[in-house]
Amino acid sequence: MRPLEFAVTGIGVWAPECAGWDAARAVLVGGVENAANNTNPQIPPPQPAILPPAERRRAPEAVRLALEVAQQACAMAGCEPRELPHVFASGYGDTAVTDYLCATLARAPRELSPTRFHQSVHNAAAGYWTIATGCMRASSALSAGEHSFAAALLEAALLLGDEAAPVLLAAYDVAAPAALEPLVPCRTPFAVALVLAPAPAPAPRVRLTAPVEPADALARAPTLLHARHRDNPAARSLPLLAALARREPGPVVLAAGAQWGLHLEMQW
Amino acid sequence: MPSPFSPLAITACTVTCAAGRGVEAFADALAMRKSGLVENDLGPEPLPCWIGRVPGLETAPLPAAWAEWESRNHRLAWLGLNQDGFRERAQAALARYGAARVALVLGTSTSSIGETEAAYRERDAAGRLPAAQCGRPVHQPHALGAFVQQALGVRGPALTIATACSSSAKVFANAARLLHADLADAAIVGGVDTLCGSVLYGFASLELVSPEPCRPFDVARRGLSLGEAAGFALLERVPVAPAAPRLVGYGESADAHHLSAPHPQGLGAERALDDALARAKLAPAAIDYINLHGTASRHNDAVEAALIARRFPPTTLASSTKGWTGHTLGAAGIVEAVATLIAIARGFVPGTRNSQALDPVCGPQIVLDNRARRVRTALSNSFGFGGNNCCLVFAAGDDA
Repeated sequence: MRPLEFAVTGIGVWAPECAGWDAARAVLVGGVENAANNTNPQIPPPQPAILPPAERRRAPEAVRLALEVAQQACAMAGCEPRELPHVFASGYGDTAVTDYLCATLARAPRELSPTRFHQSVHNAAAGYWTIATGCMRASSALSAGEHSFAAALLEAALLLGDEAAPVLLAAYDVAAPAALEPLVPCRTPFAVALVLAPAPAPAPRVRLTAPVEPADALARAPTLLHARHRDNPAARSLPLLAALARREPGPVVLAAGAQWGLHLEMQW
Repeated sequence: MPSPFSPLAITACTVTCAAGRGVEAFADALAMRKSGLVENDLGPEPLPCWIGRVPGLETAPLPAAWAEWESRNHRLAWLGLNQDGFRERAQAALARYGAARVALVLGTSTSSIGETEAAYRERDAAGRLPAAQCGRPVHQPHALGAFVQQALGVRGPALTIATACSSSAKVFANAARLLHADLADAAIVGGVDTLCGSVLYGFASLELVSPEPCRPFDVARRGLSLGEAAGFALLERVPVAPAAPRLVGYGESADAHHLSAPHPQGLGAERALDDALARAKLAPAAIDYINLHGTASRHNDAVEAALIARRFPPTTLASSTKGWTGHTLGAAGIVEAVATLIAIARGFVPGTRNSQALDPVCGPQIVLDNRARRVRTALSNSFGFGGNNCCLVFAAGDDA
């Protein structure tokens, strides 16, 4: 394959330790020592301003995480959200809704809530995003289990060439509810979004090649964020985020499956 | 405007649904107007509706080597892979190109959530899930992609698209992007979805399920009939198989309107149609047949019929085949892609089974009875919850 080249013009991050790219960058640049001082990482789940006020609290946490980071990334990129084809990705989906569906079906199936049911589709977050922004462009929702971020990054880079517009990527996973813990390994919430634009842009440029051996190559000095969110598929973006935060050239290798990965080199 | 598109050859395909196992069985059912819908008999107190159930899954366990993947969805996936010699065709492609040069993109809406539902039904008095379900790889959206990847030995890019009822239409677009970027030489696409409590009671809660077999576009339609299906296709570059039918375009869009109701003017669907025709470099008049989404829900059919009436000449014929299969959700895209390929291969347009009097919003394009018709180019529409739309364009290959 020819390498795929793009600029990262917008970044959004949400984790209980850092509710935005500036805070995340401080942790990632500071490395282990700085992060270790960050003792009480309990920022409550976001209420993204892009949702109508009534929906900000009512929408599922997974949706709110996804829309928060998507909105951050679009704001940083200076992009009109409605113009961006987008790829939303989650390893395990909205496990709170899964828990509700399965518990209700076991108890009283005819009492299933229609609202909760339509929120159960994997593309619910993408759907909320299109309704909130008025975006009618190509809209995808995918999963590749623990490799969902890398799969979505590749798809977003391909969509960039296909749709002739900057592309939004948002990856998110929430902590599994207690009842689902034995089935779903994710223990913490984490979400990340990137806006990818055609390469000549005043922003870090990424050169993506694949497939490569899926060495689990973290960027230099993995941080406490890596340790805390190791089970969260969206947090598999951290090696890339760390390189972007530290203005490092990489290469960063993101596993995209059991047997292959993406090779990423950065340029400033 | 979308970038120009180079067609891809569809060198193999298969389908397994209530109306038949394998392409020939499904094509015969379409030709002979034999529906697969039966009265719902799932669960202790079945909802009063009709379903497109694939018979025999209960007594068709996975081979012992794949036991950890056991689920109704994976049984149907395995059954589907073994029709039409598809598994052998896929394995020949893996051998020819190398396993790392074959991609896998599958669509599903509910994956194996039936297993998660079962785990919850079997909780103990303290609310703990049964130990036998813990640690199994089936409780996630990508279970379908991961199972088929292992079962076939695919080592290239592998992912699951989950955009509700457009999922296994969009897989063609994903696969086309992977092939055009030279990340693979062949792509296996498809989709599998199975009947389960979430789907039956969920659609019932939205009051979208008909108490009688679905009647798409009928003026007195009362909602959809749910179904289950598996389907797969193998995509390769055209020079490998110039006589094979082709994917010549696709369009993807969002409604930006509502999570479970279509845009009232069908603007999202129209945008997908425009992009699909632009990629295919075709005008509406060049389309011989359209396999419609046509779920038989009041709103979907009204919006889709109006779109077809305003954009196509009377010479374009259109129909919904959901009266044969039921709405197979995440598998609908691939099932109806195969129905469209059958129309091209056999030279007939299936009608709209079960429907008797068309809604006045329908134009002359929508047909109730089967018609003999040479079909060279055809569309397939798929629309999903979340306002997610995909339109695919297929064409006959070079004359042999």
